[in-house]
Amino acid sequence: MSLAATTVSDPSPAPAPPRRGAGVRTVARRHPMATIGVVILVVYAFAALFGPLFVGDPLKTASGETLTGPSAEHLFGTDRFGRDVFTRAVISARLDLVVGVVIAALAATVGSLIGVAAGYFGGVLDEVVMRVTDVVLAFPGFVLALILVATLGDSIPHVVVAVAVAYTPYFVRLTRARALAEREREYVDAAALAGNRRWQIAYRHVLPNSLAPAFTQAALVAGWAVLDVAGLAFLGIGIQPPTAEWGVMVAEGANDVLTGAWWTALFPGALIVSLALAFQLIGDDLQGGKQ
Amino acid sequence: MARYLARRAATTAFTLLGIVVVVFFVVRVLPGDAAVLRAGPYADEARLAEVRAQYGLDKPMAEQFLSYLAGVVRGDLGTSTVSSGSVTSELLVRLMPSLELGLFAVLLSCLIGIPMGVLAASRQGGWVDRLTRIGVITGSSMALFWLGLLLIYFFYYRLGWFPAPIDRLPVGVSPPPHLTGLYTLDALLRGRPGLAWTAARSLMLPVLTLTVVLVAPVMKMVRQSMVETLRSDYVRTARAMGIPERKVLVQDGLRNAMLPVITAIGIVFGYMLGGNIIVETLFAWPGIGRYAYQAIQNNDLEALQGFVIFVGVMYVLLNVVIDVCYALIDPRIRMGAKASS
Repeated sequence: MSLAATTVSDPSPAPAPPRRGAGVRTVARRHPMATIGVVILVVYAFAALFGPLFVGDPLKTASGETLTGPSAEHLFGTDRFGRDVFTRAVISARLDLVVGVVIAALAATVGSLIGVAAGYFGGVLDEVVMRVTDVVLAFPGFVLALILVATLGDSIPHVVVAVAVAYTPYFVRLTRARALAEREREYVDAAALAGNRRWQIAYRHVLPNSLAPAFTQAALVAGWAVLDVAGLAFLGIGIQPPTAEWGVMVAEGANDVLTGAWWTALFPGALIVSLALAFQLIGDDLQGGKQ
Repeated sequence: MARYLARRAATTAFTLLGIVVVVFFVVRVLPGDAAVLRAGPYADEARLAEVRAQYGLDKPMAEQFLSYLAGVVRGDLGTSTVSSGSVTSELLVRLMPSLELGLFAVLLSCLIGIPMGVLAASRQGGWVDRLTRIGVITGSSMALFWLGLLLIYFFYYRLGWFPAPIDRLPVGVSPPPHLTGLYTLDALLRGRPGLAWTAARSLMLPVLTLTVVLVAPVMKMVRQSMVETLRSDYVRTARAMGIPERKVLVQDGLRNAMLPVITAIGIVFGYMLGGNIIVETLFAWPGIGRYAYQAIQNNDLEALQGFVIFVGVMYVLLNVVIDVCYALIDPRIRMGAKASS
């Protein structure tokens, strides 16, 4: 999307870099959406790093205080076991953030390595890689991740691998397309003349120059991965109760919503959506800036 | 055209075979004993042997695969471990409810997304464009299960505008006699608009939930393709000739931008097939998505793998239909510019 380009692009040449603080402000003014995304991510990163120091045990139940609404003592209320929803929500930040980032990084790394090889070497390798990505893309991603976790068994690493597998073909295609163009460039000939082997050219020269689209895509994928993992947890596969995870919390609170206890599902769900939103805002801005 | 069709048929056959291979590989070969998964974690050795014999898991892998593939080709997706019924027929019973939900959601997404995308592209940076951008970002970061719960809480629990989020019709209302399986359409065809409205009311919340997410890719791709079209030489020529802007937008812009949009609709169907597992679970909708959910709950791996193959095959065939239509309209494609990727 070139939306950002139309609203943000500034035809006048960039002024000389002013003081440091002013630079940040300029960036924030030119990229308001991405700035919101970065701010949300920073807040969540703080919660993930230091949150567990300030809140108590996410599994502590209190039989006398089940399904109490939000109050000064329980900011987000308590669930049907009397557990503090706020505590569980804070503890969950680390898990959801790490899972989203790791999935995106894994898919981007593996996908780019394969994509560059396919694009640069071409031939049979390229043909095989493209047919395999066709097959993987023949499944809706969420459905593929679902059957993978269902057969691998419920665990956090399995969910990470399953969702990453579903997103890898996108990175393969992006990087391959770029590598196809890059291999015609002069620096590739220069590298060959300098005596580099073909794999050296592919991974030391073509790969770094083919990564830009993958980086942008990775931000978007991190957001979708958070949604997918939470969605799988909501369906009861992957991350299981009583783990403090936002998707699990929404699933556990879903029935209480129908009897009026909205807080058990509303707060964790809002956190999932705002984390996904942060990644989308950044990814959208990166995409817009490219065009 | 014949050459194009032949090439397309070959790659499609390969992809369909690939789907079966992937699902077979995932279910039988990955770590995790297929017999244990079927018999449950507490089964003893005798029971495991029994299960192996029952599902042919004691035979060589190649033989298992060939008999499985032969079954799929005949349309036999196996036997449910829980109900002992044919997975194919259980899925077919649930297909129409899912289609009714999915078709309305995709239709509504197009009705909203296409005009928004066109207007956004025609006035870049204008308020429709900003609204579209917000819609795209919101839709792409929305959690279906959470949105659905919020809508249920407000519109059912609080306001009582819609019936309980359970099944396709409220309790006690009997469905119209079977014609197509789409309740709203059947009721209308039988001349019972009241019943059609009742069915439509049960449809509204789940359709709305799906639409918020599905409209995002439609708007995004329509806008993108429209922006490119409006930059083209023929649009510039049309404008230079003094043709009114509205006519340029619709006649030259939208018509040419529609081709990528048709592809986009295929992608949207893919999102829908994944998303409807969550939406159907949330609204207790008796479709194939809820079938998959129940299969997960019951540890019914046969049913789940049947569902995955079914969805994969539907998705691939839909994309083939779209590509062929595309090639019929646009000669550049059947000459082989795109399909050789």
